[in-house]
Amino acid sequence: MTPQDRKDLFKRGAIWAFILVELAFFSIVGDAISVSDKAFMNVDNMLLLLKQSAPIGIIALGMTIIMINGNIDLSVGATFALAAIVLLDSMTWPFMQSLGNWAIPLAWVFALLTGVALGAINGLIVWKTGVDAFIVTLASMLGFRGLVFMYNGEQPTSHLNWTLVDFAEAQFLGLHTATWFLLGTVLILWLVMTKTVHGRNAYAIGNNREAAVNAGIRVGPHFLLNFMLIGFLAALSAVVFYSESGSVNPNDGMLYELWAITAVVLGGTKLAGGYGSIISTLGGVIAIQLLRKGLGHIGADTQTVNLVIGLILIAVLILDRQLNRKGQEELKI
Amino acid sequence: MAELKKTEIGTFLAKQGILIAFAAFMIGFALANQRFIELDNVFGVIRSSAILGVMALGVTFVVIGGNLDLSVGSMMSFSTIVVLDLHDKLGPGLAILAMFGLTLALGAFIGFLVGYLKLNSLIVTLGMLSAIHGLTLTWSGGKNMDIANKSGTWFAVFGQERIMGIPVPILIFALLAVVLSLLLSKTPFGRKVYAVGGNGQAATFSGIPRARVVFMTYLVSAFCVATAGLLQASRSMGSQNTVGQGMELEVLAAVILGGASLMGGAGTVFKTVIGVLILGFIQNGLLLVGLDFYVQYIVTWIIIILAVWLDVAAKRGRLWSPIA
Repeated sequence: MTPQDRKDLFKRGAIWAFILVELAFFSIVGDAISVSDKAFMNVDNMLLLLKQSAPIGIIALGMTIIMINGNIDLSVGATFALAAIVLLDSMTWPFMQSLGNWAIPLAWVFALLTGVALGAINGLIVWKTGVDAFIVTLASMLGFRGLVFMYNGEQPTSHLNWTLVDFAEAQFLGLHTATWFLLGTVLILWLVMTKTVHGRNAYAIGNNREAAVNAGIRVGPHFLLNFMLIGFLAALSAVVFYSESGSVNPNDGMLYELWAITAVVLGGTKLAGGYGSIISTLGGVIAIQLLRKGLGHIGADTQTVNLVIGLILIAVLILDRQLNRKGQEELKI
Repeated sequence: MAELKKTEIGTFLAKQGILIAFAAFMIGFALANQRFIELDNVFGVIRSSAILGVMALGVTFVVIGGNLDLSVGSMMSFSTIVVLDLHDKLGPGLAILAMFGLTLALGAFIGFLVGYLKLNSLIVTLGMLSAIHGLTLTWSGGKNMDIANKSGTWFAVFGQERIMGIPVPILIFALLAVVLSLLLSKTPFGRKVYAVGGNGQAATFSGIPRARVVFMTYLVSAFCVATAGLLQASRSMGSQNTVGQGMELEVLAAVILGGASLMGGAGTVFKTVIGVLILGFIQNGLLLVGLDFYVQYIVTWIIIILAVWLDVAAKRGRLWSPIA
């Protein structure tokens, strides 16, 4: 095992170690001072935690790929909202209502296509104009939000379909529907990033774009594909979440992009591109949700959560820098 | 020869495109609706853009220095809540002083992390966005903050009064823009900001203290945020905890629209002001010609992308990107 391998292993393990520390801390401190008499490490509680991680989690998984590719997407919150509106509104269209329960899968398809289309717009602009993805998606965050408001003004869009709600609330092998979607996405994206040419190329492009171009990789189509993928995932996240809640406000999903990026960075993915892993992002998502639940469990005000998450993010950054620096010093010797 | 002319026109369009677009917009809206260029309306637009504008002035420094600041929105909420809370406890004067001190301390903390510890500014300020939001909620206990005796204080002067017929927020915005523009274009500090953002390594080799310059840009940004918080608090005399939420990205949009490069080293205070005014007047103009409010988002989207596209196209000398 070379020092590089050891460092890599340590980095990948760090987020899971952090989750264990959180679990231990909240269990012990929770038992000592908890306002509720329920144990923190309760199976139901943990299952619920996974379910609640799903909406941001699915988006964060897509963000991981975008960031490995060396880009960023700030428009996912607005995509999420628009897909949700399409999902709920399409079920009220006259021809859809005549379809009975077949309207549900069709509504899903409409919502997911919306996400893919919005992602394709971002991807094409990044590819064809060469404008930085940060700027393109910052602008489309505003533009997509405009489309959201165009749909229904400032009114919420609501539609409850009980078959759909039953499906969303169902549990299979103990796990909620949303959790299955999250885990399924993790599995598929992990396969895509580790076993396919597209995944390998995404790493290569993020690591060194020029070298990738010289090696004959066509950068543009990969960009486009990844943006379509994150659009799809933002829509999937909306499908999972709003199947159950049945009502979407035009401001829903705001700042989701920032929460997703936080989870991805906690998982160790590099903003500069070329480095990161799907599994670690899942760890980052769970770590954040655990923190939210845990702080609530030990009776801390909900407002402390933001403070703690922010400071942890910065602490991770400092730690990461120290680690890298040590590595470089070893190299020098 | 003809080709040379074409590129010249292209460069000119790209360089001054934002001003031309601004002028075209103004003329178009003025023709569509007379009210658009009435003094009252113009004052109204600038006045309501002033808070965003003041923040954009500070972020311009950070961006030219080669960094980002995503924390200005929640920092502005913090300033607003703090000054409103302290107003009833310490009186207006001391409250304002204390608020500026605390906001500058936050700016110094970010500046330390990004400047001296050389951490990635996007993640640091993303973390601070969340952390400061938590700080604000802890300070206020999650409740809205109000000044108890709204008529018995001179605090409203910053947000609501007029001097010689001009609303005070506009005066403050203009004054700050002039001072910061001079600071950026006429002083050694300003030149160092450009140098550090343009090529950090070269700046370090030529003896410019990169860390200290970056640190200072965040102090400038925090000072602007504190001013914006003061304007916001004084205008409404009461506030929610989330008053600045989401503004960080709007501010950044205005700065980018003004032509500052996210890579650092390019941009001016004057152009940022133009960027802010474009956003403000588009919003107002679209409403005045009878379009729904959401149209401004879509128009802003298109304008930002076109503006930046023209800019990069002029720099590389071809319209479409070389990305294969």
